[in-house]
Amino acid sequence: MDNKNTLLPAHGNNSLSLPEMPGRRRFLSYLGLAATSATVIAACRKDKDDKNTVPPGSIDLGAGDMGILNCAYALEQLEAAFYTQVISSPFSGMTANEQLLLTDIRDHEIAHREFFKAALGTMAIKSLEVNFSSVNFGSRDSVLATAKAFEDLGVSAYNGAGQLIKNSSYLLLAGKIVSVEARHAALIRDLISNGSFADNTVVNLNGLDLSSKPTDVLATASVFLKSKLYAGNLPTS
Amino acid sequence: MNLANIISSIEKIDPELHDRLDSRRGAMQQFAKIGGKIAMAAIPFALGSMFKTAYGQSTGDVSSVLNYALTLEYLEAEFYTKGAASGVVPAGTPAVGAINTIRDHENAHVAFLKTTLNSLGATPVSKPTFDFTAGGTFANVFTNYDTFLAVAQTFEDTGVRAYKGRAGDLISNHAVLTAALQIHSVEARHASHIRQMRKARGANIKPWITGNDTGGIGSAVQASYNGEELTTQAGINIQNFVNANAASESFDEPLTANQVLAIVKPFIV
Repeated sequence: MDNKNTLLPAHGNNSLSLPEMPGRRRFLSYLGLAATSATVIAACRKDKDDKNTVPPGSIDLGAGDMGILNCAYALEQLEAAFYTQVISSPFSGMTANEQLLLTDIRDHEIAHREFFKAALGTMAIKSLEVNFSSVNFGSRDSVLATAKAFEDLGVSAYNGAGQLIKNSSYLLLAGKIVSVEARHAALIRDLISNGSFADNTVVNLNGLDLSSKPTDVLATASVFLKSKLYAGNLPTS
Repeated sequence: MNLANIISSIEKIDPELHDRLDSRRGAMQQFAKIGGKIAMAAIPFALGSMFKTAYGQSTGDVSSVLNYALTLEYLEAEFYTKGAASGVVPAGTPAVGAINTIRDHENAHVAFLKTTLNSLGATPVSKPTFDFTAGGTFANVFTNYDTFLAVAQTFEDTGVRAYKGRAGDLISNHAVLTAALQIHSVEARHASHIRQMRKARGANIKPWITGNDTGGIGSAVQASYNGEELTTQAGINIQNFVNANAASESFDEPLTANQVLAIVKPFIV
């Protein structure tokens, strides 16, 4: 039996090139994080003590609380790099008030990034390469829409990661940061449309904010990253 | 006593019970193992010990945190409900929509926490009687818009710190912890917006807390801001990376239950 043929779709789909996949490792590497959480979950179905193989060229976030903190570090790297660019090349028509507030946010994200780097020490992932090709830094609309996406993502990421953290000191630190991200998110949303700080796209009928699993967060973040992150060793419960 | 029913009602509110006890069968076996050795009278204790295995704490601890949160949400919900009805918010401005949004969230939090407590088999605390003037300190709270916003800001910033302070007590109950975090960040969104509303009224304030600054409200609410000036986190000096203001703003600080209860005491009759 030819394995390649069993993988062929009935009506060939060139964009996925599945028949050329030699194995699971290649499959993971090919899809990277843009793949779906299903990929990562599949990779996680091994004994917990058995570290999953990191695809070549990918950066392993690690396991346990350190893995979760590295996820946060990755997000903070992304946000800090973004706002650094926003302030170094301001969009046309940036008001003095906007410049003040966006500079504050840049500094907060730098504080978060450097905090995680120092706290993680030798466990820290390396500095990530970002990809902001989808952002028009000259346009207020483009910058604020991206900022909103990052801030709402950050809030949902910390909310979702809380239950995966075992050490209550780390949980408290995440809690100290997430409310600042929520303050940012509300401000950015109000700059786009006053009064949208906590609208029904982020807060449900029970009055609860968004919460996302690390794999979903990383899939969204991967659009803005050249570096490929590997989440297969992260805790899932 | 029907153990299967008890386990199944816990499963409804905590789908992860199985993970904590390996499996449903594991839960039954664990219980049977204990049950075989002890008299029937001791069963409630054995059950309690099983839950302790599952949650690392008694369900009573979780309930007490939820009732603590419920008390704060009662305070906020009634405050905004009365405020919105009082006419203190200038009609025809975007402020009306914002206050209504926040009012609806706080009332939703009250309903959600009550439902959660009921499903845990716990009794939600009753709503206290509130005095939003805090014994006359904020005498014109429902007639002066700036006073109203000042009290709103204090409640929101205090709420953020209160939830943060109890998160660790919920660490073993994933479902409740996640919900508490989801409320916590909504309170922070509210705080950010209320602070912007005050800024639009001329207050020297930003959406985040700088040092232990009350934003011009003054000593009556200072206890809600003390401790926010911290610039060292986990032994790391944040001022090595950014200026002192940004170092304090970039991390919100928790309050203990006793600190929060002292802050809200003047508002409870």
